[in-house]
Amino acid sequence: MKRKLKDLFASRIMLLLTVFSSLIVFVMMFTLFQRSRLILTTQPLSELFFSSSWRPLSGEFGFHSFIIGTMWVTTLAMIFAVPICLLSAIYLAEYAPNGVRSIVKPLIDLLAGIPSVVYGLWGVLTVVPLIRDYVAPFVGATTTGYSVLAGGIVLSIMVFPVIISVSEEVFRTVPYEVREASFALGATRWQTVKHVVIRSSLPGVAASIILGFSRAFGETMAVLMVVGNVAKVPSSVFDPAYPLPALIANTYGDMMSIPLYDSAMLLAALILLLIVLFFNVVSRIILLRIERRSM
Amino acid sequence: MAFSMLVVIGSLLVMVAVVVFKGAPALSISMITQTPRGGYYLGKEGGILNAIVGSLCLAGGATALAFVISLPVALYLEEYAGKSKLASFTRLSLDVLGGVPSIVYGAFGFTFMLYLGVRASLLWGIITVALLVLPIMTRAMDEVVRAIPLELREASYALGATKLETVLKVMSRQALPGILTAVLLAFGRGIGDSASVLLVAGYTDYIPHSLFDPVATLPLAVFFQIGTPFPKVQERAYASAVVLLGIVLSLSVASRLLTKKFMKYVVK
Repeated sequence: MKRKLKDLFASRIMLLLTVFSSLIVFVMMFTLFQRSRLILTTQPLSELFFSSSWRPLSGEFGFHSFIIGTMWVTTLAMIFAVPICLLSAIYLAEYAPNGVRSIVKPLIDLLAGIPSVVYGLWGVLTVVPLIRDYVAPFVGATTTGYSVLAGGIVLSIMVFPVIISVSEEVFRTVPYEVREASFALGATRWQTVKHVVIRSSLPGVAASIILGFSRAFGETMAVLMVVGNVAKVPSSVFDPAYPLPALIANTYGDMMSIPLYDSAMLLAALILLLIVLFFNVVSRIILLRIERRSM
Repeated sequence: MAFSMLVVIGSLLVMVAVVVFKGAPALSISMITQTPRGGYYLGKEGGILNAIVGSLCLAGGATALAFVISLPVALYLEEYAGKSKLASFTRLSLDVLGGVPSIVYGAFGFTFMLYLGVRASLLWGIITVALLVLPIMTRAMDEVVRAIPLELREASYALGATKLETVLKVMSRQALPGILTAVLLAFGRGIGDSASVLLVAGYTDYIPHSLFDPVATLPLAVFFQIGTPFPKVQERAYASAVVLLGIVLSLSVASRLLTKKFMKYVVK
């Protein structure tokens, strides 16, 4: 009897913990919304999202240049990362001999654990001077090097492990028989990859790209260190930008002294959360479908 | 394609190499055994012991806290909830939570601090980072627990064990190597994270003496030192990054070795 009671008691506690952990996301959304309601009621939405005038002291909070800045850096990162990552994932899944795969996969996992500050440091050390001294003069632009381009390059390297590991998994869920059928029709390996493997794993590849995108979208420290942080809409890739996460990280110090400032910051966090949540839910649902199909 | 693979691996390895080569010469015994003295950020004497200890306390506390929640959740999802709606909803919710940027966790922790009117401290850092690593740890454990053969559980039930006994004495023992990996993975993630602790843990030159003291962390030590205009201090930023990298990478390697070692306790 005592054992039964213990079992019942433990299962209730475990249920409670499970429910708690499944609700964290919602609690997060709710509290951020609560705190940012103050600014949402005092300022019209259009002003918040489409005005680029950022003067917290006089109560003007226009997020436009920050949102555009985030977009620029993230999009650039994806332009660099997607082709390289997909080719590597195809190589790993389809072409690489087992020996190579067994070395490269753990290595990528290992590198995925490197803290973002280290990426940022490397950006300051290598990417920024490279852009300032070689890339920008080459195309006839002048820049300090702290630019959208630097942010894009550093971010693209940060999302390599995410996109590669997810899309490689997806390629591997394509059943081997399908490939053999294609080979039997006389297709070369590349034709098989192009017409059979990629086509049937298109949703999964999209999901891996979306996951990489949302990772890049919310990345803070590495970008903060190399992107220049000037609150202006950038007009070229050599201009500095000021992405949303960097804004939150940089201004927490003087948040308390200016009215509405903390509310504005938490609204920025809420915007970030909602965008990333949307992308994540979409890609997770796609991946779940694939997982079910492969079982 | 092999070329793009090389670009990926190469750029990641070059990054590590550049930081290590730049930081290793600046690394000294006093760097890792002393706290910052007066004028440290102007290039004077001192070290980053405050950040090393702070990071270890913070990540250790957060990992312990997250472990207490995530092991029961992982076991519950598999053994009690089965294929129920709650289980699949929780898994989706945790996956999505894992994608939330760390700065948002920081802001979330910060709202609670605003409500309660408390200052940045080790305790809040631990709570925030625990939330951050919770989804990673839980999902990693979930995968391991799921791989336990059904026969093992059935054998336990056949002996008259309750669910709780099966879960604690059979399943968690069988999953031990995987659980260990999950814990170390979470610890590595926790120690490397900077954006969340920036808002909730503060920064200080002293080693924390209680949960309510502000605490310095290694990633932020790197960040603040590289932000100064003095080359000597910037060199220390590279050295601090080497310390951080050393901790993270050795954890990762250790988890692989330990997993192998513990595999012998597992019924195959």
